[in-house]
Amino acid sequence: MGLLDKQFNNSNVILTSVEDLLKWARLSSLFQMQFGLACCAIEMMAASASNFDIMRFGVIPRATPRQTDLMIVAGTVTLKMATRIKRLYDQMSEPRYVISMGSCSNCGGPYWEHGYHVLKGVDRVIPVDVYVPGCPPRPEALLEGIIKLQEKIRNETLVKKSAYA
Amino acid sequence: MLTDFGRVLVFFIIGAIFVAGGFVMSWIIRPRRGYPNKLTSYECGEEPIGSSWIKFNIRFYVVALIFLVFDVEVVFLFPWAVVFQKLGMFAFLEMLVFLAILLIGYAYVWAKGDLDWDKPKPQIPVLRPRMKDTLAEKEHSGELVA
Repeated sequence: MGLLDKQFNNSNVILTSVEDLLKWARLSSLFQMQFGLACCAIEMMAASASNFDIMRFGVIPRATPRQTDLMIVAGTVTLKMATRIKRLYDQMSEPRYVISMGSCSNCGGPYWEHGYHVLKGVDRVIPVDVYVPGCPPRPEALLEGIIKLQEKIRNETLVKKSAYA
Repeated sequence: MLTDFGRVLVFFIIGAIFVAGGFVMSWIIRPRRGYPNKLTSYECGEEPIGSSWIKFNIRFYVVALIFLVFDVEVVFLFPWAVVFQKLGMFAFLEMLVFLAILLIGYAYVWAKGDLDWDKPKPQIPVLRPRMKDTLAEKEHSGELVA
């Protein structure tokens, strides 16, 4: 856990490193690119709604890739959509993260063998950070994916790796 | 001490610093890795057509001007509505006169036709087979008969 996530009751001063602060800011304001591809998007909408309330993790849907750093690929990625997904991913601001939600975007799902029009996993066009299994995954599963991604961000380092380190 | 408008000024200054500070801070810490695909304009994931700098039609100018007038009207309406209870009937009539003047202006603009969106009328070229007609006329009059 990061230092800033700990509760402090009677002290007004906390000490942390710049890296921890930046990572904390990053992981607690994951702005999500607002688009859905198939039935997983329905579960994603349910996760945004009041019962599951994805916003308590700082995930806010934004309508343009310039303001977002999280792409939730929710649904079947057809070959026609794959080029669009790649372009949208390119247009997102860095650092950017991708959650692949559901079997279809993980590996092709029910279309893995005979789907002539389906990309067999979105990781063939863009790098994926977290895979959420399910067909479709329940909103809790998506929330767990978000938490996993936050853990991943918390554990990454912003320091440039050098050969001597 | 600060006057009431002085406090508003302080708010303006703090707001400006807040916005500028956000820009400067993000300029300092953001990664700068631009490449052509990233810098293309966003058109819902489609291949962008042309540049994102486009010219708007000059006809929007009139619409924008009228919008501005009625925007200012609303700005006047809000403080009026806040103190309406105190001011009473005189303020009510005064505001009616103000609205009437604006509405007359609106009617004038409407009547002058500034709100009409006149589309360009393309001149469709009409092909008139003049040559054939004249030939037919000549034939009819018997000039061409050998």
